[in-house]
Formats: sequence, C-alpha cells, structure tokens
Amino acid sequence: MRPTRTKSLQSHSLAGWLMSGPALALVTLFLIVPFLLAFWFSFTNQRLISPNPTQFVGTSNFEQLLGVGALVLEPERTEDGSLIVSETGELSYPRVREFTRNNPDYPQLEGMREWFGWSWGESKVLVLARDLVFMKALTNTLFFVAVVAPLQSGIALLLALMINQKLRGINVFRTVYFMPVVVSIVVVSLLWRFIYDGRSGLLNNLLQFLSFGQFQPIDWLGNPDTAMFAIIVMSIWQAVGFHMVIWLAGLQNIPLTLYEAADIEGATAWQKFRFVTWPGLRNTAVLILVVITMQAFALFAQIDVMTNGGPLDSTQTLVFQAVTRGYEQQNIAGGSAISVLLFLIVLAISLFQRYVTRER
Amino acid sequence: MAGLSLTQIRKTYGKVEVIKGVDLEIEHGEFVVFVGPSGCGKSTLLRMIAGLEDITGGELKIGDKVVNGVQPRDRGVAMVFQSYALYPHMSVYDNVGFGLRLKKTPKDERDAKIREAARILQMEHLLDRKPAQLSGGQRQRVAIGRAIVRQPEVFLFDEPLSNLDASLRMDMRMEISKLHRDLGATMIYVTHDQVEAMTLADKIVVLNGGVVQQVGSPLELYHRPANLFVAGFIGSPKMNFIDVTVEGGDNVSLRLASPVMATQTVPVSGSGVKAGDRLTLGVRPYDFRLMEDGAFSGTVTLVEQLGNETIVNLALSNGQHLIVALDGDTECSIGQTLKVGFLPEKAAVFDTAGVHLQR
Ligand SMILES: Nc1ncnc2c1ncn2[C@@H]1O[C@H](COP(=O)(O)OP(=O)(O)OP(=O)(O)O)[C@@H](O)[C@H]1O
Ligand SMILES: [Mg+2]
Repeated sequence: MRPTRTKSLQSHSLAGWLMSGPALALVTLFLIVPFLLAFWFSFTNQRLISPNPTQFVGTSNFEQLLGVGALVLEPERTEDGSLIVSETGELSYPRVREFTRNNPDYPQLEGMREWFGWSWGESKVLVLARDLVFMKALTNTLFFVAVVAPLQSGIALLLALMINQKLRGINVFRTVYFMPVVVSIVVVSLLWRFIYDGRSGLLNNLLQFLSFGQFQPIDWLGNPDTAMFAIIVMSIWQAVGFHMVIWLAGLQNIPLTLYEAADIEGATAWQKFRFVTWPGLRNTAVLILVVITMQAFALFAQIDVMTNGGPLDSTQTLVFQAVTRGYEQQNIAGGSAISVLLFLIVLAISLFQRYVTRER
Repeated sequence: MAGLSLTQIRKTYGKVEVIKGVDLEIEHGEFVVFVGPSGCGKSTLLRMIAGLEDITGGELKIGDKVVNGVQPRDRGVAMVFQSYALYPHMSVYDNVGFGLRLKKTPKDERDAKIREAARILQMEHLLDRKPAQLSGGQRQRVAIGRAIVRQPEVFLFDEPLSNLDASLRMDMRMEISKLHRDLGATMIYVTHDQVEAMTLADKIVVLNGGVVQQVGSPLELYHRPANLFVAGFIGSPKMNFIDVTVEGGDNVSLRLASPVMATQTVPVSGSGVKAGDRLTLGVRPYDFRLMEDGAFSGTVTLVEQLGNETIVNLALSNGQHLIVALDGDTECSIGQTLKVGFLPEKAAVFDTAGVHLQR
C-alpha cells in the first residue's frame, strides 16, 4: 500500500508565518525597533518633543557621559617657595573651578566636576567627571550587582537545599518563599516603604522592641548611608524565591542513586554537597548567575517607588537615570546613550561569565 | 569475616507491608541471589541491608554486629546499582577512587588500588574518560571497580546487568563469578533473570510478596521446589501444572486421575491425602517424551525449533496447554496430534495449599 500524501499545515510555510505573525509583529514593534532606535538616538540630539530637527552628533553623548579626567593639585606656596599653612594647620590648594571653568591650559577638563580624590604626599589627586550623576548611577548599579548577585544566589541555593527535603508540610515553605515573586514589585516596594519608614516603620519598631527601646529610629530610605542597603535587602528578599525554584529544579534533576552511592562510599553531608550536588548544579548555576546579573542591572521599580534616586543620589541607578533623562528631562538621546552603555556592560559581563564557567 | 544474619526483618511503607518477616542466614564468602517477580521486595531487602532504607522491624547482623541503626558507610558494604550511579563529572579514575579519597587514603596507595581494580576489570585504558564516554558494559565495569577498591566484606548488586544486551550480560556474569572466586567476599545479588540466579548462586533465595518462599542451592530449587510458586518460577520453560484428583494410594505412591490424562501412579507419600482430594501435578517440559502409550494426547499449536531442542505447545482436550521440550530433530507440524508421557519419578505433586509432597 502506498502512503497517502496529506497536505499538512506544517508543509505550508505561509501558515507558519501567519500564526507566528502577531507575536512577531509585537516583538518587532516593542522590542526590536526600540532597541535599534536607541542605538540611533544615542548618536543624535533627539529630544522627546522639540521644534528643532534632530541632528547627528557623533559620540558626543557618550563623551559627555563617560568623560573623566584627573587633576593633581599642588599646595599653594608663597613667593619664596614656602608652603602656605592655614591657622588650623592645613595646606591650601587652588580651587578646582579655576581649572574647569574657561581655563585655556586645561581644555579637556572644561565643565567637569570633582568626583572623588585622595592626598598624595603634599599634593592632592582629584578625579573629575563630566556627568557626576551618571557616575553615581554607574557605581551604585555595579555595587548593587556585586552585592546582590552572590548573596541572592547563595541564599536562594540555601533555601532550595532546605526545601528539597522530604518533610511534612514542606510545601507551605515553598509557597511562602515564592509568594513575593508573584506579587507586583511596585506593591512590594510600597509595602517596604512602610517597613522602612523613619518614624513608625515596622523595622524601627521591631529593632526598638528587641533592644528594649535603646535603638534610635533610623530613616532607612532617607539616609544616604543606609538607603542603598535598604534597597538591596528588599530586592534580595523579593526575588530570592524565584531563584530558589530554579535551584530546586536543578537539585531535583540529580539522580537519587548518586546520593545513595555516596552514602555507601562514606560521604558526609558536606562531601555529598561538594562532590554530588554542586557539580550537578553547574548548568543551573550559570543560568542563575546570568539571570541575576541581568535583573540586578535592570534595577528600577524599587528606586522609582521608594527613593527616586535620592537621598543625595545615593540610590541612583543606570535604568533609573535612563528613564529620568529620557522622559522627565525629555533628553531621549541621553537616555538612549545610557541604555546602550547598559546593554554593552551586561553583554560583556554575561560573555565573561559564560567564558569563566564554560565546559572544560 | 562477614556473614549476614536476618531475623524477622520487616518493612512497611505507611500501612503497606512490603517485607513480611524474612529470616535468612548468609555465610561468609557465599554468593546469594535474591530472585522473585517484579515488586516482590528484592530491592527493598537489599537496600535495607545496605542501610539505604530503614528497617521497620527485626534484626540485621553483619558479621556479629547488629547494624539496624548503623550508617551505610559504617556497614562495610559496597553496592552496585542498576543505573550504575557513576558521578558524571568525574573521570573513571576519580569515580573508582571516590571512596578512598573520602577516607583520605594516601595518594600513592590510592593510585595503586585504583590501577589494580582497573587491571582486574580490564579497563586500564578507560581511566581518563568520563562516564558519558563509556558503553553500558564499560560503565558497569566502572561501577564494579568502584565497589572492589574499597575491599568491602559484603558486595550488594541490584540487577547490575539488566541494562546490558544478552551477550554482554553473559560475559559480565562470568566476570562477576570469577570476581567472587578471586575476592572470596560475601556477595548478595538481586535479579529477576533466573539464568543469572542459577549460574551465579551458591544459594538462591526465592521471594514472593515479601515472603521467602524457599532458600537453597540452584539444583535443590530445580529438583525439589518447596511449593507451587518456586516450581513455577524456577526453570525455563515453566513447569506444567495439571489439576488431578486422587484415586487412591499409600505411603509410597499415589494414583492420580484427570480428564486430560491417563491415570498415573506417582511415587510420592500419600500420607495425609485421601481419595477424592484435588491436587496439582507438576511436570517439567524436559521430562516429557514422545510415547505411543503416553499419558497425554494433544494437538500441536506451536512449534519452536531451536536446533538443540524443539519446544512444542500442545493443546489438551480441555483447552489447557502443555509446554513440551523434545529432541532437536523431532519432526512435527501444527495441527498434528502428539502423545507424550513422562517418568513418574520425575513428576512433582503439590497439595491443595501448594506444598510439595515428599517422596
Ligand atoms: N517508597 C515506597 N513507598 C511505597 N511503596 C514502595 C516504596 N518503595 C517500594 N515500594 C513497594 O514495595 C514493593 C517492593 O518493591 P521493590 O523495589 O523492592 O521490588 P523489586 O522486587 O525490587 O522489584 P523489581 O524487580 O521490579 O525491581 C513494591 O510493591 C513497591 O510498590
Ligand atoms: Mg528492584
């Protein structure tokens, strides 16, 4: 008998395109086009609404963002070369402004502001930046990633290990840890604003109760020293359940007999983790590291709801800056340039992580 | 020296009793095989010996130490799993040496032992590979190698060969048998392949439904099965069972009748049996002969000519089938009527409870 030929849907490529069409169109419209546009805008002076035509400005947006310079200040001396010492015993230095405002000898420092500096012998080294807020946002974001990536993945793994045990009622814990993930980040951020409140916040109350009233209330989000940490703690708490579930899936992929074999061979709990669990979680670890890094770089909603980048720019982040510039300051070009930089940073880090954790 | 002694060992999962009071003595250096149908509790019993399952009741001794509450690693046992359970990210060398490494054995001693095990199992050329780069048989070798480097007193095997093809299985069977002779350790081996059981075992333990049916040497089980279950389980093709009625008898023989069989006198003790009792007669396929005056007459429904023997399926008048093994050069064809008989002294008779009647 000859098999009868059926014209299946699969043999029509047109049907395939039609079916994926709506999704493709949406993805193109809202992801691919904006992505490409951002690249283009970052080389122009595009504004949100402007009567003037858009102009191509080359890399000046990036120069503006990334412009840094160094300045070594010599202490001021009198005519005869001796140091001028103030009444309090301090050396006096020329003012930075003299170098950065209309100084023809230092054209490269034009318009920069002091970022940070340190003393070096008698002289003083200063690092200047053209866009201080951007630099703040960049360093804050990097700091956030550097703290959150290891902590969040570590805690998530710990939770996954605990939750992977066969105990009665363990599902309750699984649900509890996963709950913050399904709640909108905006809602979570609002809740944590109450928790962190400077006067009657839950955290302050709790600490006062635990210290029998010794503890002085802190305005966690209003204090430049604590604001970023407050955001970090809350962010870890919110997403840890998600990564716990990914770890859990990885854990459950490891065959039980490997543990049984290890039991018989005489492995301790730690050795079983070291030689069976951890190698078995390799691919999961790579995935989690990359995902957490990307998510951490995208830090925005918490900032937007809880601090607006303040106080004193201590919680500025790249995405928050991109949005602020693009929409509040109507500087689409500047926002796009930040987005492009963020994209390049995340890409580079992900590639690096892939390289470090590659299969040998 | 490590024999094992199991006393009234029980295992329940929730309300379900899976092992129902097993008593068993295993001598040092013995090769014991657990056989039984799927789900009868072989693996469970083995895993209780290994310490991977809690013992619900009874006493387990290894050597002369009660080990009910002892950790697996302190029981002096090694186990080879059906799924091999090799660590995928470690080389063969590291897999084999894993236990020694955990015990902090000095490096050169460890190396010597690993290479010795590799030599015994002829896998020196595989030491640098990862498990994924090995065939099933080679993986099994590695798993066995991992067991032998630790020089345990007791080896436990849970269906180690069931993932291998027939010829490889035969090779590995011989290797395991040789290993047992060379090492002189106690080995407990779970299988549902009765050829493995018959060829490897010093002692076979037949389990069914969590109960030990019979313990004995392979030939003992074959020739003197304790009950219907063992008689049906051991031997391939299976023993034929015919329902018979007692016509009469004495202390040395019974006269048995059946609608499908000419009345036979079988030399078993008839004490405790009276005329009219319904018994079961068991005849192994290999005990049938073509005879003009044979007790059975049936129609051939299936012929399997294997060369060295011919397996014939005979349909009797009541629809029951007999499996008969005849000489390899027997000529017969489907639809033909055959008459077969058997030697009465080779037949087995089981009472209503399924217990084998004594000679
Ligand atoms: N964790 C468990 N919970 C409940 N019942 C179980 C559990 N493990 C095994 N059993 C039951 O115990 C019985 C014996 O299982 P076991 O694995 O020992 O069988 P086995 O003889 O090894 O079978 P096989 O030849 O198929 O491997 C089975 O009926 C099984 O359903
Ligand atoms: Mg089993």
